[in-house]
Amino acid sequence: MIFEIVLAIVLINYLRRSPQITGVSAEWSKRLFIGMMACIALLLFDVIADKQVKISNWLSYLALLAILYLIYSKKEFQFAKFLIYAVLPLVVIGIIKDLSALISPSFYKEWGDTFDVAEFFAFVWVFAAWLITKKQRKALEKEKMMALAREKEFKITESLKAELEVQVKERTADLTKQKEELQQTIIELKSTQAQLVQSEKMASLGELTAGIAHEIQNPLNFVNNFSEVNNELIEEMKEALDKGDIEEAKAITADIIENGKKINFHGKRADGIVKGMLQHSRSSSGVKEPTDINVLADEYLRLSYHGLRAKDKTFNASMKTDFDESIGKINIVPQDIGRVILNLLTNAFYAVKEKRKLIKEGYEPTVSIGTKKIYPLFGSGGVEIKVMDNGNGIPPHVLEKIFQPFFTTKPTGEGTGLGLSLSYDIVKAHGGELKVETKEGEGTTFTIYLPV
Amino acid sequence: MKILVVDDEEDVQALFLQKFRKEIKGYEMEFVFAFSGEEALQYLQTNEHGAVLILSDINMPGMSGLELLRLIKERYEKPPPRVMMITAYGDDENYNQAMKLGADDFLTKPVDFVALKEKLKAKLV
Repeated sequence: MIFEIVLAIVLINYLRRSPQITGVSAEWSKRLFIGMMACIALLLFDVIADKQVKISNWLSYLALLAILYLIYSKKEFQFAKFLIYAVLPLVVIGIIKDLSALISPSFYKEWGDTFDVAEFFAFVWVFAAWLITKKQRKALEKEKMMALAREKEFKITESLKAELEVQVKERTADLTKQKEELQQTIIELKSTQAQLVQSEKMASLGELTAGIAHEIQNPLNFVNNFSEVNNELIEEMKEALDKGDIEEAKAITADIIENGKKINFHGKRADGIVKGMLQHSRSSSGVKEPTDINVLADEYLRLSYHGLRAKDKTFNASMKTDFDESIGKINIVPQDIGRVILNLLTNAFYAVKEKRKLIKEGYEPTVSIGTKKIYPLFGSGGVEIKVMDNGNGIPPHVLEKIFQPFFTTKPTGEGTGLGLSLSYDIVKAHGGELKVETKEGEGTTFTIYLPV
Repeated sequence: MKILVVDDEEDVQALFLQKFRKEIKGYEMEFVFAFSGEEALQYLQTNEHGAVLILSDINMPGMSGLELLRLIKERYEKPPPRVMMITAYGDDENYNQAMKLGADDFLTKPVDFVALKEKLKAKLV
């Protein structure tokens, strides 16, 4: 029975050398070593001893069963559990065989071949189980390696994810910051826009100021002159009364009353001009009111002309008006439409002034403004206001940009570039249209159409 | 002496008539009024030598005072009426142009009537 002892030695050695014991449990390592030594001693005893002595057989069974029990009961040897299935059949068959030989030799003799065959198969089974387990172990190992690799991969992914999350957080913070900055910029832009609209209004007011000064000067002269005349007349009336010339005094009184009316009239005229100026500088009420478009157009024509004259005293231009008296009052926001008319007139005067610089002789700078009631075949009709100049016209590459905000052909500081853009918006807000016709070298006509 | 006053402001008529009422009463001066350059030319056409002196505003709608001055000096040679220009814009360019066209005098608004009266009386002599 050398095989069982050798098997026991191999098993103990296997357990002792297994990574679960070597270097992990010095105690078990020692015990196993002792066990192995005992088995080797048993082997030597078996070789030397008489073949008939079956004690070594029983001892080897005992050793194998002890090993199997150890594997079965101790946690440390769990990894070797497969050995129980591999070795147990061999041990059991060996024990039954030897027991039957001991108890009933006749039975043993009768069944001896069967026992040998069973022993052989159990023997084969040990190797087969060993090989299968080894194969399984390898597959398991492989799987374990793969799992480890997957875990490694997973860890890499995790760290990448964490890294990405940090980056995303940083980006988000950046973007939030940028968003806030942009919002701030938008707020600033909005206030700048409001300021620009106001400054455009003030710029056109600046152009008006001189014209307004001139327009106020005339009625003021009358107020001064007629009040002076009245003082003189009162003196004369006193003299006439002293002389007792009641008739003369009465005639003078009539004159004084007339002059008083004139003073009042011209005072109101100046008042109206100042009010108009204030109305222009004030932000638009946005309220439509019945307005005489002819009066409005005439007022701004004179104001813009005098405004230009005050800036450049050498400048002269003919002004022509062609008002359709049948229009009557139309519902518009007077400040807003006034601004549009003023813008168009200022541009028209600028155009003829520029042409004047180029052509000294034989050119009569002319700016015209006209109104016309439109009777359509369908609908409710409207009013057309035309502002014409005989300047140089607008070249095509400029024409496509004239309604863009901040576009100007004037030198820096002279134009805000908002005049026509604002005019366009105002006319659109009135539900109307602002159109332009131009011929290079001949002039430009802007037409405001307002529905009534 | 007949004086033609050309101004687009109609109240100028009332003002002149009252400022010079003594002279008018005493038949020293006679005033005629035109409210535009075109009207002034029309008056002169029908009343040649109808005015000895013309007082004209420069800035008027339609024909400007300077254009009127040029036409008067061109058309009425023997003897041309005296023309005094009155303007709110007393700048050099206007003054030089008026003088070049043969203006006899150049006044700025607001008109100093005391000075104007003296000038007119001096012209009478």
